[in-house]
Amino acid sequence: MEIIVNGSQREVPPGYTAQQLVEDLGLAGRRIAMEVNREIVPRSDYPARVFNDGDRVEVVHAIGGG
Amino acid sequence: MNTNPVPAPAGAADPLIIDGVSYTSRLLVGTGKYKDLAETRAAIEASGAEIVTVAIRRSNIGQNPDEPNLLDVIPPDRYTILPNTAGCYTAEDAVRTCRLARELLDGHSLVKLEVLGDEKTLFPDVVQTLKAAETLIKDGFRVMVYTTDDLIVARELEAMGCVAVMPLAAPIGSGLGIRNPYNIRFIVEELSVPVLVDAGVGTASDAAVAMELGCDGVLMNTAIAAAKDPVLMASAMKKAVEAGREAYLAGRMPRRRYASASSPLDGTFF
Repeated sequence: MEIIVNGSQREVPPGYTAQQLVEDLGLAGRRIAMEVNREIVPRSDYPARVFNDGDRVEVVHAIGGG
Repeated sequence: MNTNPVPAPAGAADPLIIDGVSYTSRLLVGTGKYKDLAETRAAIEASGAEIVTVAIRRSNIGQNPDEPNLLDVIPPDRYTILPNTAGCYTAEDAVRTCRLARELLDGHSLVKLEVLGDEKTLFPDVVQTLKAAETLIKDGFRVMVYTTDDLIVARELEAMGCVAVMPLAAPIGSGLGIRNPYNIRFIVEELSVPVLVDAGVGTASDAAVAMELGCDGVLMNTAIAAAKDPVLMASAMKKAVEAGREAYLAGRMPRRRYASASSPLDGTFF
């Protein structure tokens, strides 16, 4: 199935979790936040959160700004 | 018994209180436009700022995972991180950004709300700003709000429950200084929550002018980051904000059109 991560399509297996995504992106342990279909996914929910086909995922972090 | 107490320095005796939290520094700084994170860190250190703004953006996927993170050099246990909604043109995007920021910062609810309305001037869209502020406050956020120097809007934002109102002094990143001191002064006089000039300061004297008008603080980014020597400018801004605050508290002399001799006229021998 396919999900969209930060605007890019990504082929993932069924049952793929938010935790797996964070690890695959090399972002495990980093200070990030995630929303799926515009709803926040708390960090503690990553292992249990299973994606559905077509989910739109945003992974964000803090950068310099005024 | 000390019968002739020396007044404490303004910083120690005169804290800036935002949402019940006391800060020594009245200078708030952004973290954008610096050459690298080392320069960011050095400038922020030199500014003495305790509240530091950050932006929320997509994580760089597939890039160097060892790349240092802004929050490693501006650690949230040492600074009050103020996530902004820069780049948002709708209330909805601003609210989304704040919710992501709160998750990112482990429930930290103080945010800088800015909803822009025009790409050329980056002037705030006050209609969207009011809408976003209402939603955010209902959702438990503590909102410091960037707005125009319009007293009526400022009053409304305070009435809604914003914890600080931050009028622009000139367009973001313009460095044009305090363009309408009378409007800033109206807002300072009328509001009870802290009023901070946010945007428009170009150099140290601008920051001092803002503070002499009675502002509770100044928030700036480009004036420091775009200086030839950002670290030195950060230090200048720190002093300017302190000097302006002390001058405001001291109360300036009245202006007069003609001279008034400083040396006595009695006792001259010529």
